[in-house]
Amino acid sequence: MAIIESGTEIKIDVHDHHEHEHHHEESFISKYVFSQDHKMISRQFLITGILWAIIGVLFSVLFRLQLAWPDESFPILEMLLGKWAEGGKLAPNFYYALVTMHGTIMVFFVLTAGLSGTFSNLLIPLQIGARDMASPFLNMLSYWFFFLAGMIMLVSLFISTGPADGGWTAYPPLSALPKASTGSEFGMTLWLLSMAMFVVSSLLGGLNYITTILNMRTEGMTMMRMPLTMWAFFFTAVLGVLSFPVLLSGAILLLFDRHLGTSFYLSDIYIGGQPLTNAAGELLQGGSPILFQHLFWFLGHPEVYIVILPAMGMVSHVLATNSRKPVFGYSAMVMSILAITVLAFLVWAHHMFISGLNPFIGSIFVLFTLLIAVPSAIKVFNWIGTIWRGNINFTPDTLFSIGFVSLFISGGLTGIYLGNSALDIPLHDTYFVVAHFHIVMGLAAGFGLFVGVYHWFPKLFNGRMMNNTLGYIHFWITFIGSYCIFWPMHYLGMTGVPRRYFQFSNFETFDVYSSLNVFITLAALLVFFAQFLFLINFVHSALYGKKMTTLNPYDSNSLEWTTPIEPGHGNWPGAIPSVYRGPYEYGKGGLDYVPQHVPDSQLWKKEPQNEKV
Amino acid sequence: MNTRTLKQSERIHPKKFALWLGLGTIIMMFAGLTSAFIVRRAAGNWLAFELPPLFYISTLVIALSSLTLIFAERSFKQQNRTVYKNLLGLTLFLGIVFVILQYAAWMQLAGYGILLRGNPSGSFVYVISGLHAAHVLGGILFLTIFYLKALPKLDPVKELLEDINTEKNLPIEMLSAYWHFVGILWVYLLVFFYYFR
Repeated sequence: MAIIESGTEIKIDVHDHHEHEHHHEESFISKYVFSQDHKMISRQFLITGILWAIIGVLFSVLFRLQLAWPDESFPILEMLLGKWAEGGKLAPNFYYALVTMHGTIMVFFVLTAGLSGTFSNLLIPLQIGARDMASPFLNMLSYWFFFLAGMIMLVSLFISTGPADGGWTAYPPLSALPKASTGSEFGMTLWLLSMAMFVVSSLLGGLNYITTILNMRTEGMTMMRMPLTMWAFFFTAVLGVLSFPVLLSGAILLLFDRHLGTSFYLSDIYIGGQPLTNAAGELLQGGSPILFQHLFWFLGHPEVYIVILPAMGMVSHVLATNSRKPVFGYSAMVMSILAITVLAFLVWAHHMFISGLNPFIGSIFVLFTLLIAVPSAIKVFNWIGTIWRGNINFTPDTLFSIGFVSLFISGGLTGIYLGNSALDIPLHDTYFVVAHFHIVMGLAAGFGLFVGVYHWFPKLFNGRMMNNTLGYIHFWITFIGSYCIFWPMHYLGMTGVPRRYFQFSNFETFDVYSSLNVFITLAALLVFFAQFLFLINFVHSALYGKKMTTLNPYDSNSLEWTTPIEPGHGNWPGAIPSVYRGPYEYGKGGLDYVPQHVPDSQLWKKEPQNEKV
Repeated sequence: MNTRTLKQSERIHPKKFALWLGLGTIIMMFAGLTSAFIVRRAAGNWLAFELPPLFYISTLVIALSSLTLIFAERSFKQQNRTVYKNLLGLTLFLGIVFVILQYAAWMQLAGYGILLRGNPSGSFVYVISGLHAAHVLGGILFLTIFYLKALPKLDPVKELLEDINTEKNLPIEMLSAYWHFVGILWVYLLVFFYYFR
């Protein structure tokens, strides 16, 4: 349907449902629950993600208690967990369930949906100049599939046999045989169903993000004028769209193995001296558990970039904005994201060096793995180059961005060790690995989440700002505390302390580190409680925070700061602004900042002698 | 919503683009399964067997259904409603026949002693062709919806409104893209099974 807008050009309304432009009163359900507005969906993703983060981090605190004080009894645990902590001591099976759920929840629900889901939804239409996603309906479905995935996982926490406990990687045969452990019974089935729903959610979201970025950019917004956040979300979506279907394939085969007697992953398994048979009494044979590892890590490795790329994009954007300098090497940043995306698909077997993989194949994966260091290093140099001699505003979002860079460097360096198949033999499945991926992926992406929330809070909650003082306290405790948690784990790992062990007090070799484990747990408790400062700040600011007085509180160049303080569905009340330049023109031509949407003629007409940038 | 300039609307429609991406995800899923097939086959302990002949007949049927859909789309664009409706109905019928033939082919396979459980070589054929059939069923669902919509309407105003809709070709184009895709996907799978059996 054709409509004429503000006399400048004829616009075509591509979609039929244009009811939002009329600003009629929406019902509570369509505004807050089944909303198709990308900004509301983004809030839904964020709040759901935060709730899951509380659960996921709480679980880690519970198993840290066990690791620090294995012989201690905590009556409160029995009160909270009942039969899973009889006598105030965690049951070994439940310890594994906690570890599994912590991994699953943090990787998928918090750092994938909560991070990429929130900020892709919020920022893509706002920063490229679109009224909404390509398909707002699919976008809504994406959230509700995520919600469903979460609900299934939540139910699995409360069933009598407990949630899945075979590790977040769900390796068979542990995950394929319901008899393997209590968590491999109904809990594992629910885990697989939940993951299937989550894959659907990610795919629907990813399709939308890619389509929107490629097709719905405003006039003048060429690809190379997009903020780096957009490039990051774009390649994140590409990674998800290409890798999540493979996880689904792997999960489907696992479901067949579990419930329909196939043996894709099972072979020659003996329980109590008796060979395992299917329902028809035939031997289970011919399967390969390594096959699942290949399918899983073909997703699993790109997944870590799905987690980290959005954080990288937001950090690049925030560092440039808050140091009042252009991003150092914009096209190098874009190309390094592209390189990471391509390499992400060629390195999955570095998780499987000790699975019996052919060492010659292993050496190819070593090569590609170490190659990732090149684009990663380019990004690190460019972040440092961006803030170098900048006029930095040390707001909490800047601090978290700098913290992100610090964590990415410390965690990335240990990746070089682990990427070597020879060094991986002693280090595999030790606390060294735990330290590496928590710092480089978990903490760094978590910091990315904080960067996004602190920076774009006014866009999330109707122009309200977060409290900076609480933000500073939150940052310093989290930053120092996190290093205190994970740095000592490198030493544990180097001496060979294996991960996923319930209790070390029976092993003389590992028991000498018990005081270090106590230290780690104390740091973990400190960081855990510091997050409540953030939560209080978040809730209080969302409801009563100081309202921003101007449209553009950070003097930022990108388009999201041209929308009204409380934008309706459709984002801009009038025409969508056109774009005339890249997003990081700070401190150029004698101007502190040069917004993307202001034409050159308006900027420099008063001083014609000033050269254009 | 999504007001865009005339120039932009000449580009591929976002919804069609999203569909193409969606087809890409289905390709990745089957690429995952068929590479799992190859990796597993290379590991040995692999039972070789002949494919059931009905697979070849079902291939003909789904190819034929693609052909009828091409002509259905053409008559839709020529505003030839009756021919469109009939050809769409024929496509739907052939789609259903395809799924029934796939089921019959499984029965043939089971007759050879190749069951879903047992050596993974057989399990793979069942699971992969089954997942493909599930995607065909999705297409059948949409064919049914389109067929019901194509049935003669009593309200001439509604028909007229549909005629002036600038996007009226989009749904049928998206449906054909999907349907041809699942057809081609099956041909790929058949060639794959034949070559690596």
